[in-house]
Amino acid sequence: MNKKQRKWRNRILIALAIFAVVMVIDETGVLGAAFGKPGDVYASFVLFLIPYLIAGYDVLIKAARNIRRGDAFDEAFLMTVATIGAFAMVIFPDTDPHMAEGAAVMLFYQVGELFQSYAVGQSRKSISELMDIAPDYANIERDGKLVEVDPDEVQVGDVIVVKPGERVPIDGVVVDGVSQLDTAALTGESVPRHVEGGSEVISGCINMTGMLHVRTTKPFGESTVSRILELVENASEKKARTENFITRFARIYTPAVVFAALALAVLPPLLGLGAWSDWILRGLTFLVVSCPCALVISVPLSFFGGIGGASRLGILVKGSNYLELLAKVDTVVFDKTGTLTNGTFDVVAIRPADGIDESTLLEQAAHAEAFSDHPIALSVKQAFAGAVDETRVADAHEESGHGVAARVDGRQVLVGNDKLMAEHGVAYRDCDMVGTVLHVAVDGRYLGHIVIADVVKDDAAQTIRDLHAAGVKRCVMLTGDRADVAASVASEIGLDEFHAQLLPEDKVDAVETLLAGEANGGKLAFVGDGINDAPVLTRADVGIAMGAMGSDAAIEAADVVLMDDKPSNIAHAMHIARKTMRIVWQNIVFALGVKIIILLLAALGIANMWLAVFGDVGVAFIAILNAMRAMRVDKS
Amino acid sequence: MRKSFKLDEIDCANCAQKLEDAINKLDGVEQARVNFLLQKLTLTAADDAFDEVLARVVELTRQVEPDCEIIR
Repeated sequence: MNKKQRKWRNRILIALAIFAVVMVIDETGVLGAAFGKPGDVYASFVLFLIPYLIAGYDVLIKAARNIRRGDAFDEAFLMTVATIGAFAMVIFPDTDPHMAEGAAVMLFYQVGELFQSYAVGQSRKSISELMDIAPDYANIERDGKLVEVDPDEVQVGDVIVVKPGERVPIDGVVVDGVSQLDTAALTGESVPRHVEGGSEVISGCINMTGMLHVRTTKPFGESTVSRILELVENASEKKARTENFITRFARIYTPAVVFAALALAVLPPLLGLGAWSDWILRGLTFLVVSCPCALVISVPLSFFGGIGGASRLGILVKGSNYLELLAKVDTVVFDKTGTLTNGTFDVVAIRPADGIDESTLLEQAAHAEAFSDHPIALSVKQAFAGAVDETRVADAHEESGHGVAARVDGRQVLVGNDKLMAEHGVAYRDCDMVGTVLHVAVDGRYLGHIVIADVVKDDAAQTIRDLHAAGVKRCVMLTGDRADVAASVASEIGLDEFHAQLLPEDKVDAVETLLAGEANGGKLAFVGDGINDAPVLTRADVGIAMGAMGSDAAIEAADVVLMDDKPSNIAHAMHIARKTMRIVWQNIVFALGVKIIILLLAALGIANMWLAVFGDVGVAFIAILNAMRAMRVDKS
Repeated sequence: MRKSFKLDEIDCANCAQKLEDAINKLDGVEQARVNFLLQKLTLTAADDAFDEVLARVVELTRQVEPDCEIIR
């Protein structure tokens, strides 16, 4: 609680105590003895006015100010009218006095407001913790001493010093030092990242072990951390349809209820259906319930919580509208390379001929490829456990498009495809695996083959299962790769559909066709690595860019940005989106439901003002607590 | 020019919305956003008139929401 809230609380407590004392005096009949009839009613009127004014003077002032500005329909106004109305019932001596109720309504209202203010304060605190990834200073070396400066003042190309335990304030390249970086705040990934001279570092990461000197490559305002914060803060500007609906609804709801209350208080007694006092009281009760605050606060808060919670997992959602769309996604379209697969070539199988062992096969291939930096050569060399001794290799050359030939330890080594083998008359064995097959022969003798392929990401299959479990009907893969490669990936991870051998523009057409096939408000999400997917990302209902840490293009083009390149975060993002929408609708149904019931009961004269105050502040308080759940996400 | 300010003690979502509407109607304000949860006002106005516009915004805020203070 802050200072203002504590003062507010004390004021309410004092008013409550006085109220209790007045209540006792009133009930015990002391006033009747002292003032007689009807003097006792007036005496209790004055006595109840004391706690009423102590508790609610600020509400009265606020209402008066709003009326002066000609902008009356707000909570303060409604409470003022309702409570003053209750006190004014004293002019109908035929009814029971309602001063106690008037004072109690004001007290109860203030208690509720205080709770509400406290809950909002708490959620603000959780939000600022969420956003607490921006460092507020950078260290710069001046005349041999470290000085803390405002990160805004650091120029591009300056060298900043990041001490262990500090956050990297600005994007840059390490010029000196070795350390581990904790990227969890940006990516949700808990395994630290190793950096050394030459590595790029991204602002917002925590430097864990060693001192780093970093040459900045961007100004602070354009660094990753600033961009992310801006994105999350501005996310609330792109409002979801549900949110807009609530805003419009609130504008109509309050005046409508006020006029209904007026009609309820005036029409029935004019038509001779009962006493004025009874109907006016019903009208007043009506007024108390008419504030839409529960919705106006809790709906945006839920969206904000969902977006904030997602950002803790390294999932940036650019607006509440995208969260809303994401919850309705029933078709997910994936780009293959870099999204479902690692996008790098790896040795997936080594199949030596009879009598040869795997290491011999790899050793020969790695040496023959010693001078090549083709991606295939690099992955062969990477798979070879030992060091490549270049002095053993002579006369290495490419056999255009077919492979390489070289003399290793004086023997002729051929590494390449079927055609290379056929050309040199080597009897090779066919391979049944999908990928690039490298046959190896030494002095015309076949040693076996090595299969190289783009490896499917560890969590790709699990992602597809999770998405299906979450109700996604179709998982589709689009790729420019060959059909047999695509088919093998699709069956390995359980995709429903794939389209292969697509040119970039074909991908847009394929997405168009899929979009046309969407029925019943189902939405389509496209997931790509964001590098050359911009047109498709824009065309899809929700464009998701993966592995975007440090990639401006992806952050720009996509609606949802996954900072690391794990596809499993797509399922997490959908889970968060659905949970948020569930909470939003729970609040809408709950708040409106309670209010409508109380309005009905009030019109029938069953609900009293106490219940009405619960219908206003009590419901708002519960709705805010519920909305705060959206902020909690499992890290698993 | 676009600048953000902290709005201290903005108490209700409805008041924030009203304040935003009111500021947006001021002369010289290109765009104003009041973010209730972040207690933040983002103001866009022409560079040369920014301070003048800001003074008007502060004055208006004092009238509409006396409890609420713009921290510069």
